[in-house]
Amino acid sequence: MAQLLKDGQVIDNSWITVAGDATEFPEGDLLVSLDQWLQQKTQLEQHRGSLGVWIDGNEEIEAVAELLLVSPVIAIKFPKFADGRGFSVARLLRERYTYKGEIRAIGEIIRDQLYLLRRCGFNAFEFGAQVNLAEASASLLDFSDAYQVAADQPVPLFKRR
Amino acid sequence: MYKYDQYDQKLVDERVEQFRGQTQRFLAGDITEDEFLPLRLQNGLYVQRLAPMLRIAVPYGLLSSVQVRKLADISRKFDKGYVHFTTRQNIQLNWPKLEEVPDILAELASVEMHAIQTSGNCIRNTTTDQFAGVAIDEIEDPRPWCEIIRQWSTVHPEFAFLPRKFKIAVCGSEEDRAAFLLHDIGLQLVKNKRGETGFQVFVGGGLGRTPVIASSIREFLPKEHLLTYLDAILRVYNRYGNRDNKYKARIKILVRAWTSEVFTERVEAEWVHLKDGPATLDGSEIGRVKSFFTSPDYLSVKEASVDSEVSALAAENRGFSRWLDRNVSAQKQPGYASVSLSLKPAGVAPGDVTDRQLEMIADLADRFSFGEIRSTHNQNIVLADVAKADLFQLWQLAKTSGLATPNIGTINDMICCPGGDYCSLANAKSIPVAEAIQRKFDDLDYVYDLGDLELNISGCMNACGHHHIGHIGILGVDKKGEEWYQIQLGGSANKDAALGKVLGPSLSRDAVTDSIEKLLDVYVENRLDQEAFLATYQRIGMEKFKQRVYGTAS
Ligand code: HEM
Ligand code: SF4
Repeated sequence: MAQLLKDGQVIDNSWITVAGDATEFPEGDLLVSLDQWLQQKTQLEQHRGSLGVWIDGNEEIEAVAELLLVSPVIAIKFPKFADGRGFSVARLLRERYTYKGEIRAIGEIIRDQLYLLRRCGFNAFEFGAQVNLAEASASLLDFSDAYQVAADQPVPLFKRR
Repeated sequence: MYKYDQYDQKLVDERVEQFRGQTQRFLAGDITEDEFLPLRLQNGLYVQRLAPMLRIAVPYGLLSSVQVRKLADISRKFDKGYVHFTTRQNIQLNWPKLEEVPDILAELASVEMHAIQTSGNCIRNTTTDQFAGVAIDEIEDPRPWCEIIRQWSTVHPEFAFLPRKFKIAVCGSEEDRAAFLLHDIGLQLVKNKRGETGFQVFVGGGLGRTPVIASSIREFLPKEHLLTYLDAILRVYNRYGNRDNKYKARIKILVRAWTSEVFTERVEAEWVHLKDGPATLDGSEIGRVKSFFTSPDYLSVKEASVDSEVSALAAENRGFSRWLDRNVSAQKQPGYASVSLSLKPAGVAPGDVTDRQLEMIADLADRFSFGEIRSTHNQNIVLADVAKADLFQLWQLAKTSGLATPNIGTINDMICCPGGDYCSLANAKSIPVAEAIQRKFDDLDYVYDLGDLELNISGCMNACGHHHIGHIGILGVDKKGEEWYQIQLGGSANKDAALGKVLGPSLSRDAVTDSIEKLLDVYVENRLDQEAFLATYQRIGMEKFKQRVYGTAS
């Protein structure tokens, strides 16, 4: 089974990400696209595994956030690792919509972004099979403290120093 | 000057280790070229035509003598014994070795310096007026605000992968010496009727291919809201800026596409959620940062008697008198003045200094300016807080190191990009053009008579040499594989910011210097009284200049 880096641990990834244009859903725990989540509700209600949703980093999250909060997992997809829009979306989910479930980074991310992604509220990360997750997880802790408020730290350094 | 505490120090130390690890993984083949690119850029490392280049951050242009000595040392140990001051007050090493960069960064960290976010699509070094804290027309010292912005922007978790680079400048005075209207965000310090400090916020300025002067999006932002408002602007940009075409990715394009009214609405709508949130500044933080920018221990001096001493020396010594005229500016503290050390002697690439000169600069600073040094966006050095009584001695010492060329603000104090000699994007060389102009106009009397004149040269439309905002701008263009030059007139980087207009068809390199001479002739013939070049151009317009250069009216 594919692996996942979640909350700093390497675990089995039980979730299957379903392509946005798929019409059939496989067995198991599924991450479906936002459109599927919104539009194929009845079909998905029959599904026997768990259901979560994945969205694109450029999603107008304000328009749909309330409908996603029940999902145990919200995965945010990075089309390229240098496309930083997903960072903002994750912060909005955590800080504005106080989403408490798993926020997972999928698509193109690199290990060297882990620290920043974590600060923005991501707690789970999917990488390609070539990445050694145990090694990569070291990058979650590249810095021991930060100046700014973010999803992981509601108090800025200037109020703590 | 700001001093790191354990938090600041730890962060730069951890950054060095992070980059050391990344470099090792890259050299071992564990990171691809594409993945390493933004990592090295965000640590200041470019790879250009001839060698890598490392850009070191000089936050808002302020350096200590200890730091400058370290830079001299680094340039000897890891480079060819010289460094380059950039138009954004930073410093570049032109020949570092990739595998040694982590060691260079560690050396920098030992003197509270870094190269974090000096390049790449992230928030860059915040710049300001080189006369901050001493300017007569100062509303409030911009440096504490720059430092607050520096800390907020450093390793900001949300804004490390923006559509494009992002530059912020703060102006604390009446006159603009920071070209703040040509930045992605320009902040003008203002006071409201109750005397409270705030910022007028301008967004969407920039040079490059599409030069734009920033639009005001907020008349008065109370100071405590600075960071939440910046977060709101950056978040809107991060989410909606163009990511498909890098030439359309700067915030200026978004502001233009949406109109500044719509852009403002979007920012304000985002800000509603952030305003008064935890990132709101409080008096104790503002006070803490301000406490680092206190005045040095000025001696009380009899201004009148010092002034007459200085004038007496100037009367006897033409060179000193010229230097006083061009390179020394008044400051608000009586008995003190600010000295510009010119990094533009003829025959040297503008902004380049050697290791020995750096050490001399550090010595001069220790002796005459309380150990502080400032870099300017015109690629010179300023020593502020010099007792007027020391000016003569300072001049003599600076002269022996080639740092006293009395050409500040003149045609020979030009901004010039590296151009075709070093840069793979260039259409044309720019350094030889600068040198030819300096050689041509080497008659100091003539140069003084011309007065304030900004001449800027870029080797291509990326505009690193700020040609759009030179009173005279020169742009390298490619004509069927040959190097040609377009001349522009009327640009200005000040409060009356303006972009230059094209004079006419581009010229061959040989013709550039002569054409500049013709332009200057037109100016000299037409100027009224003390009128500067720019003012004459604004009054008489383009036509006479054009006729003189091209020989015909068109
Ligand atoms: C030789 C290597 C260099 C290369 C390849 C290079 C490349 C570029 C490019 C592609 C841009 C356009 C960016 C954009 O429009 O977003 C740019 C802008 C700029 N560069 Fe350079 N540059 C080089 C050296 C320098 C140097 C030495 C300086 C300082 C003296 C400098 C200062 C600037 C500035 C101030 C801008 C304008 C930023 C703005 O649009 O606001 N560059 N450069
Ligand atoms: S203006 Fe063009 S030629 Fe000059 S440094 Fe920038 S990219 Fe290179």
